[in-house]
Amino acid sequence: MVRAETTLEEERPTSGAADSGTNPQPAAATNGAVAAEADASRVTVIRPASRIPRLDIGELWHYRELLWTIVWRDVSVRYKQTFLGVAWAILVPAFTALVYVIVFGKFANFPAGSTPYPSLVVAGVLPMQYFASALSLASLSLLSNLPLVTKVYFPRTLLPLGGVMVPLVDFVVGLPVLLVLMWKYDTWPNGLKVFTAPLFMLLAVVTVLGLSLLLAAVNVRYRDVRYMIPVFLQVMPLLSGVMFAVDEIPTKWQWILSFNPMTSVIAGWRWAILDAAAPHPGQVAVSVSVALALFLIGLAIFRSSEPRFADTI
Amino acid sequence: MATAIEVDSLSKKYRLGEFQAAYGTLRETLVHAGRRLAGREHHSAATEIWALQDVSFRVPEGQVLGVIGRNGAGKSTLLKILTRISHPTTGRAEIRGRVGSLLEVGTGFNQELTGRENIYLNGAILGMKRREIEGRFPDIVEFSGVERFIDTPVKRYSSGMYVRLAFAVAAHFEPEILLVDEVLAVGDAEFQARCLGRMEDLGNTGRTVLFVSHNMQAVAQLCNRAILLDGGRLVADGPSEEIVAHYLQTSAGAGSSRTWAEEEAPGDELVRLRSVRIVDVDGETVDYVDVRRPVGIELRFTVLDGGGPPVVPKIKVNTGGRVVFNAMDVDPRWHQPSLPGDYVATAWIPGNLLNEGLVGVDPAICSLDSPKLHHHVSVHEAVSFHVQDPAEGDSSRGRFTGQWRGVVRPLLEWTVR
Repeated sequence: MVRAETTLEEERPTSGAADSGTNPQPAAATNGAVAAEADASRVTVIRPASRIPRLDIGELWHYRELLWTIVWRDVSVRYKQTFLGVAWAILVPAFTALVYVIVFGKFANFPAGSTPYPSLVVAGVLPMQYFASALSLASLSLLSNLPLVTKVYFPRTLLPLGGVMVPLVDFVVGLPVLLVLMWKYDTWPNGLKVFTAPLFMLLAVVTVLGLSLLLAAVNVRYRDVRYMIPVFLQVMPLLSGVMFAVDEIPTKWQWILSFNPMTSVIAGWRWAILDAAAPHPGQVAVSVSVALALFLIGLAIFRSSEPRFADTI
Repeated sequence: MATAIEVDSLSKKYRLGEFQAAYGTLRETLVHAGRRLAGREHHSAATEIWALQDVSFRVPEGQVLGVIGRNGAGKSTLLKILTRISHPTTGRAEIRGRVGSLLEVGTGFNQELTGRENIYLNGAILGMKRREIEGRFPDIVEFSGVERFIDTPVKRYSSGMYVRLAFAVAAHFEPEILLVDEVLAVGDAEFQARCLGRMEDLGNTGRTVLFVSHNMQAVAQLCNRAILLDGGRLVADGPSEEIVAHYLQTSAGAGSSRTWAEEEAPGDELVRLRSVRIVDVDGETVDYVDVRRPVGIELRFTVLDGGGPPVVPKIKVNTGGRVVFNAMDVDPRWHQPSLPGDYVATAWIPGNLLNEGLVGVDPAICSLDSPKLHHHVSVHEAVSFHVQDPAEGDSSRGRFTGQWRGVVRPLLEWTVR
């Protein structure tokens, strides 16, 4: 028995992704008993798609190298054959913020609370920019990887998952814009709450992943998604409080906006990094619940339509 | 011997009809859904087809299994299910070992990335671990012959270099089970020959191979065993020579004669095709034809309506997936509106024209709708026959008996001074 387990361990690293997708839909239910045998690690069971969608973490873990490879590919291709290269990751949020500052700060006098308006806007633009890139990339990921989807097996979840990871690189590269403003206005993070900033980004990742899983699955059948996304992304900054401080608007509206998780992401960021007013815990709770619900619904729809992707795409 | 592939009553259903165009707009679906709710439209069973029906077989480790059948018999569906790209509707299959397929040659190559980067990318897509790719990297580069350009983006490669690099990666991926769909294999003849060569190598080293092909000669030669699919069902299973012979003789393969029942006769309200057969000069139905003798394609058809445009019989002759020629009757009689009634038209293909091998014929009845040719009937590969050279020294191959390449094998007149 001990020997058998050793062989199992030895085989895993050398045998490729294709093999141990090994009982993805598996086996566990009806003949899971044989799983103890070393040989079982190499058996692929093919059966009709299960009706109950679920996320197979084990299988995703098995395919992690492919996920990294896809992310690495998209990151390295992103700014190929551009003159300014990765500088775009700074220029895009910088210009967007500049336009907002002039239009909404100078002319429209949007409420900023205690925070300098440019810092406030940039702290909102960066997560929003991430949201926009990630949503476009991940929602169209099945279609942009068409040859893979129709020719090779791997958990399709990897594609939207990779899609929401790639723009994180842009996000990190864009952070110096915020640092410059923090230095200029001398607004520094106050205390340990700065460490909650990644958690708010995680909320953004979960939100965009849920939404992308949903849209990617729909897009296989209905190419309308491609045209919906830009429209949606135009109103998103307004609904997320990118150019104003949410705590300055009427309470009723604050609660309504909290159903958009990006509102809490941005308010949380401003609180964690710029020491702005703290977001209302109740509103954050609403946002987190909405994000989780969106993620679960998106995942369920994606997984249940996954078996038909190759046939309908 | 252990079983490598076990397929147990596998079935796959596709739905046709309004969803046949695989995707539509959201609006169309909403409209249809609305009509269904209102009870004005129903999904009928007729819009569903079984691409694969209750197929079961086992492949022992190390066997090279051929899968044959006409177009639409379910071969590619079977392969798609075994590579897990598509799911079965019912049934199950078990595969023991790592699966690879030559379908994946060059899949996921990215134009912007260099040759080096693409090797890693493609390797990962095929299912190789990074360490594995690193270990084989020098071999892959050497095999591909693109060392000098390995750090150049592949979009700057010639198509030949591109294919060589892609093939090198696939060839160095060593699956225990190889699935090959020759029908879908891309590339030129040389590349396809390399795929076949690679397959033969793997078969010789004890790998399990599933080979889907239209090339009967290759199946008979490379496979120990073959299965025959027809209409999604497994209809024969046995030694490859026997199955290939069976396929070529029965109606499952396009035979040398085909007759349609009254209600099934292909055609439209103007003209119906009744039967088509391959005949020799004595009018006998034949499967095998001497390369030196003429062969006739006999079309029996009925003109139903005399009021239509003049119709004319036509044939298209194919070998190995390529069109050899098209020909219609140019006799002036077909210039007049055709009178209702039965017609028997035979097209004579002269001797010393077609090369050896399996020849398929598409019979058709057309009318000229200037400048277009309107096909009232056209049946793809309705009949087929074999051309054989008995090697008696008077065909264009002379007394040579080896392989004589070419789409045609004309006997030329030579002048010598």
